[in-house]
Amino acid sequence: MALTTNTILICAGGGCISAGEESVKQAFERKLKEFGLDTVVKVVETGCMGACSLGPLAVIYPDGVYYQKLTPKAAEKIVEEHILKGRVVPEFLFEGEKEKLTLKEKPRGAEEIPFFARQVKIALRNVGIIDPMSIEEYIARDGYFALHKALTQMTPEEVIKEIKESGLRGRGGAGFPTGLKWELARQQQSDVKYMICNADEGDPGAFMDRSILEGDPHSIVEAMTIAGYAIGAKQGFVYVRAEYPLAIERLQKAIEDAHAYGFLGENIFGTDFSFDIEIRIGAGAFVCGEETALMHSIEGKRGQPRVKPPFPVQKGLWGKPTVINNVETLALVPPIILRGASWFRQFGTEKSPGTKVFALAGKIKNTGLVEVPMGITLRELLYEIGGGHPQGKQIKAVQTGGPSGGVIPAEYFDTPVDYESLGKLGAIMGSGGMIVLDEDDCMVDVAKFFLEFTVDESCGKCTPCREGTKVMYDILDKITKGEGTMEDIEKLEKLALVIKDSSLCGLGQTAPNPVLSTLKYYRHEYEAHVKDGVCPAKRCKAFISYVIDAEKCVGCTACARVCPTNAIHGEVRKVHEIDQDACVRCGSCIEVCRFGAISKVTPAVSSTVAK
Amino acid sequence: MDREKIKELIEELRKEQLEEGDILIYLLHRIQDHYQSHYIPPEVGEMVAEELNVPTSKVYEVLTFYTMFSTKPRGKYIVRVCTSLPCHVPGGREIVEFLKNELKVDFGGTTPDGLFTLEETGCLGLCGVAPVVMINDQYYGDLTIEKMKEIIESLRKLEGGDGK
Repeated sequence: MALTTNTILICAGGGCISAGEESVKQAFERKLKEFGLDTVVKVVETGCMGACSLGPLAVIYPDGVYYQKLTPKAAEKIVEEHILKGRVVPEFLFEGEKEKLTLKEKPRGAEEIPFFARQVKIALRNVGIIDPMSIEEYIARDGYFALHKALTQMTPEEVIKEIKESGLRGRGGAGFPTGLKWELARQQQSDVKYMICNADEGDPGAFMDRSILEGDPHSIVEAMTIAGYAIGAKQGFVYVRAEYPLAIERLQKAIEDAHAYGFLGENIFGTDFSFDIEIRIGAGAFVCGEETALMHSIEGKRGQPRVKPPFPVQKGLWGKPTVINNVETLALVPPIILRGASWFRQFGTEKSPGTKVFALAGKIKNTGLVEVPMGITLRELLYEIGGGHPQGKQIKAVQTGGPSGGVIPAEYFDTPVDYESLGKLGAIMGSGGMIVLDEDDCMVDVAKFFLEFTVDESCGKCTPCREGTKVMYDILDKITKGEGTMEDIEKLEKLALVIKDSSLCGLGQTAPNPVLSTLKYYRHEYEAHVKDGVCPAKRCKAFISYVIDAEKCVGCTACARVCPTNAIHGEVRKVHEIDQDACVRCGSCIEVCRFGAISKVTPAVSSTVAK
Repeated sequence: MDREKIKELIEELRKEQLEEGDILIYLLHRIQDHYQSHYIPPEVGEMVAEELNVPTSKVYEVLTFYTMFSTKPRGKYIVRVCTSLPCHVPGGREIVEFLKNELKVDFGGTTPDGLFTLEETGCLGLCGVAPVVMINDQYYGDLTIEKMKEIIESLRKLEGGDGK
């Protein structure tokens, strides 16, 4: 084998694939071959590098130079210039690098780019760095060393003790202490126990589990085997959503390779411990992320939750003691075992040790995945790492925890991010999705949006959730359509509290949170809709009109041509007008107007006034 | 699909699975993949019940619970639009409107030519490149109305139409 001079890591996470990663990779390979470099330059597809908005991404080693928004042409140029001649190609450098280069400075590596530098990657330690399909690369990054240590040097009790001391808490949302869960399962007397990895990630805006499964599947195989050893299980299941075909494929490969290397199966590492893992897939039901529903689904039934207790550690899958851990939680296990609880505790806070992966989405410059120590403030997370608003506008609030969570207004951005602090604000950590909202986002619309989701996903078993969320949705719909009353707002609040108290599972118990938290911080927006007929964010169509500023309109007819309902009239080079009765408020005209002559106003103007 | 094929699939799964109880969902996935129009006809559901020796009601309750299964024929291309908030915020709402207009169907509807079925989906976990649409097994991200239009047109052309 020829010595490798350069390695091109190309991100093959879901985001980059959808942005055309495949054709970029082919271009790299084609060009390398053309120059006969294909034997000394390696092209490796990795998992998600995190900066999804800038994809497809690639990084060239040994220099460690990041390139963004690649095209096949760009790839060819990088081979010709960077690989062949050692000259960095400035136009495709990672965000903000272009200015630096004109000063004849060398481009920064990951350790100097703020997006990467502020992160501490433990759960994502290998994601975006190794080829997820290669077990050798995983081993080279200390993979399966923790499993070896656990099986050969530790008793199951010692493994549990280490995890307990690390203070690791479930990263799926609720934050239950992982070590305690394992201990409870260990204490159960049963000949058969099960270890389940919950990979039914479904919270809108959260995609860390997907990234770990796609980018570092072996970490889950290793962690589940360690957990199986600790609790006394011989069989593990990974329950993955059917919407994640790539994750399923890579995980399957990881399981097969682990078998081939003797890290799974009979007598692992020559010990008397045997363990096996199988994949089970869902079929599109959000509620299956709830642990009792998930187990029903694995058993081939409707994924409906049941009353707890008995808890899964007592009576779980097929009535046997079962531990269910989330993907990110498991990904943290091998480093803790290998490096110890006190190493893990140096990150994060006393009550929330370690790191947490967040998925930044919405109105933020650097969308994608970041892993940071717990206790970092929201401001640091959103501005220093996230880069703030893409157009430099004010960020109004951030929504955390998906449909079970709440909004946190900008005034509270100095709050540290940990389980307790977010809970105090009426939001939750959840699985780590953060959706950034700005002044153009209407809080009533956001609440309605999540309720629509819950109505859709409610399994229908218990009445408060099935009927209650529908009634809440109808009230919100009424308000956004301009038909709401003040009594509606009160009714909404009352109903929310009843549903919270009386629903069977976590889905229903948390479903009212988006409404409660928007009511807590943005009641004035609800009232503006009801009392003044105004949507402050100019989002709800019933409350807005599009109008043309006669001073700015030059009569170019662009808006009239794009209008789907022919609501815009006017002669060439004369001021145009919008017929409010015909206008459907689609906003197409605003997008095409190059003179900034069209604007949205609230409250809506009546057709006579506009004329 | 005939009974023999179902038996064959069940045999395959029995070899792969550890537990007898959990074959059903897998089997339904395989059967659905077998049909170009991505569905499970009622009579096949009945055969499954007989072969697995479970009540027909059990097969139906599973079949109708999960959104990915359908008892009605669907299009060759299932267009699943993410309607979660991270897609809604940066223009997903407009993509939904566009698709409904372009395909002239509502959610759950299939175009008369049998090519497209429009469906909603929960978060696909590609929020970094929102708005996102999944067509069969393929993801499309960073969508604009323009891009969406091109994708639909190219699929139509692929199927021998003129793209319109």
